[in-house]
Amino acid sequence: MNRFKSIFVAVALSAASLAPALAAETHGPVPARLNWSFAGPFGTFDRGQIQRGFRVYREVCAACHSLSLLSFRNLGEPGGPEFSEGQVKALAADYKIKDFDDKGEPVEREGRPADRFPKLFANAEAAAATHGAAPPDLSVIAKARSYSRGFPLFLLDALPGMAYQEHGVDYIVALLNGYTKADDPNWNEYYPGHAIKMGKPLSDGQVDYTDGSPKTVAQYSRDVSAFLMWAAEPHLEQRKRTGLNVMIFLIVFAGLLYFTKKRIWADAH
Amino acid sequence: MSGHSTYVPSSAIARWFESRLPIIGLMHGSFVSYPTPRNLNYMWTFGAILSFMMVAQIITGIVLAMHYTPHVSMAFASVEHIMRDVNWGWFLRYAHANGASMFFVAVYMHMMRGLYYGSYKAPREILWILGVIIFLLMMATAFMGYVLPWGQMSFWGASVITNLFSAIPLVGSAITTWLWGGYSVDNPTLNRFFSLHYLLPFMLVGVVVLHVWALHVVGQNNPAGVEVKNVKRDTVPFTPYATVKDSFALAVFLIFFSWFIFYVPNYLGHADNYIEANPLVTPSHIVPEWYFLPFYAILRAIPSKLGGVMAMFGSIAILAFLPWLDTSKVKSAAYRPVYRVFFWAFVLTCVGLGYLGAMPAEGGYVIASRILTFYYFAFFIMILPLLGIFETPKPVPATIADAVLAKHGAHAMQPAE
Repeated sequence: MNRFKSIFVAVALSAASLAPALAAETHGPVPARLNWSFAGPFGTFDRGQIQRGFRVYREVCAACHSLSLLSFRNLGEPGGPEFSEGQVKALAADYKIKDFDDKGEPVEREGRPADRFPKLFANAEAAAATHGAAPPDLSVIAKARSYSRGFPLFLLDALPGMAYQEHGVDYIVALLNGYTKADDPNWNEYYPGHAIKMGKPLSDGQVDYTDGSPKTVAQYSRDVSAFLMWAAEPHLEQRKRTGLNVMIFLIVFAGLLYFTKKRIWADAH
Repeated sequence: MSGHSTYVPSSAIARWFESRLPIIGLMHGSFVSYPTPRNLNYMWTFGAILSFMMVAQIITGIVLAMHYTPHVSMAFASVEHIMRDVNWGWFLRYAHANGASMFFVAVYMHMMRGLYYGSYKAPREILWILGVIIFLLMMATAFMGYVLPWGQMSFWGASVITNLFSAIPLVGSAITTWLWGGYSVDNPTLNRFFSLHYLLPFMLVGVVVLHVWALHVVGQNNPAGVEVKNVKRDTVPFTPYATVKDSFALAVFLIFFSWFIFYVPNYLGHADNYIEANPLVTPSHIVPEWYFLPFYAILRAIPSKLGGVMAMFGSIAILAFLPWLDTSKVKSAAYRPVYRVFFWAFVLTCVGLGYLGAMPAEGGYVIASRILTFYYFAFFIMILPLLGIFETPKPVPATIADAVLAKHGAHAMQPAE
């Protein structure tokens, strides 16, 4: 018996020591983990930040990247940038939407809050023909990008108190600040393979902020990434708030069941 | 253990009904008066948890299907429509996607318990085999469900797995074309996967009914691994004893489940599945969902495609033969000191294969996969048959009541009325 135990322990130990060695190889530099207001179980978006982020999107990114899963009305809904009804209407009206008139003739009309952000190209081929590569739609990009933290860190990312779900936003910030070769605007430290078709998109002072926030690439990149997180997960605040209620209910309920169980089983053991 | 119902209709209407369709008596016999061994531990609560998960998946799934569009050009956007525009749609989708994972967490615990306590041995062979069929149906359902959002992993996962059938000699490529409904994974594939994803859960319910029926014929196994000899001394009625214990365990499980739904809903998924399927762009790593990873590792451990496919399906099929591969007369690992060591090594092997399934198939990973694949099969084909001959089990208690007495002392045996 003891011999089996020692063999077992030896096998387990050697397996455990092998695992990190196998996992050690990671690819490329790892994006820095930033502090986000929306991280953690009580996270909420910083309204000012995602309003600024939208401004960056609209004045810079929107030239090439669509946001076609979002409607203008989303910008005024609770849990988002929460622009006023008037602001949303005025913003929608700035866009031209393809539609049909009463006689079935194609027309372009002013956007309404219920419209989705228009697509910029008819299809990916047309976008690629213009830009060299099709610029991805940004609606869910914050959830569609990630990076591997490897074993055992990826296990910790799920745990209460340590949960880390912001890989995507951290990667986008790193990417937007990753144009570190001054002579090559298409070299990016964080892009897989480093050769990125998108030339350095942001520069200091490019977007005018009215709330006194610094007009720097560092600030722009964080703001637009936070905005993209909201765009990818517009009900994030509702989800976390609901989660708290559910957790409190379940913990109390489980506690009551535990004592009921103890009472019922008291005479059976 | 049939005929243990003590149900007596108390009203004239109930008597009239019961003499025509004794369904209330059946329910009463199955979930109220049904005798459960008094020494069951919390590993026996996963049956109830699995029943809950099955119902939860069906309910969330039916509502999601009301809002989903199974078309290659609209599926991805319709899932995002659910996430954004449908009231509580984000909850339904996250509960359903993470619910699949929770279903597998619970089923793996349930299977591990069966393996540890020898629950597959006579007279429970049919019960066990029905369980293996349920597991297969779960895997097929989960696989097709993962294709429906039509993301990159959906598409490429579907391509890789359906392509496995092309390894079958002679008819392989014809079968693959038939499965796809064309010459590649495309709209017909998505449509039939949606149809089958809706059908299979109801077949699963049918087999679960048989599983529960078989269970109620032979009775539950228990940690001592000895059969019930005296219903009064060895068992307690299902209600209230098992009902309240299962409810407590389910509530704790729901806390675990809710953590995933509300706080880390995308942890078990893959970021690439938020990129719409693109047949022209292959993801750098194609990885199945976590619950398939051990089998995926076995598939890739074998150097030939046909061999890999056979090993992968064989690794599940072999479970059905377990009742005859294990030659030991003793059921519970509590009295099998050597088996216990090999059992935990087997559990570690499955976890290790799961890790390797997520890693690229190259270098040291492949060698490790081969070693663990060897142990996986050796456990069933070599270790279990031989252990029954060479292992000296510890003395087994004569009755369940004796096992409880040994653990809790004499005061424990007051009859529970």
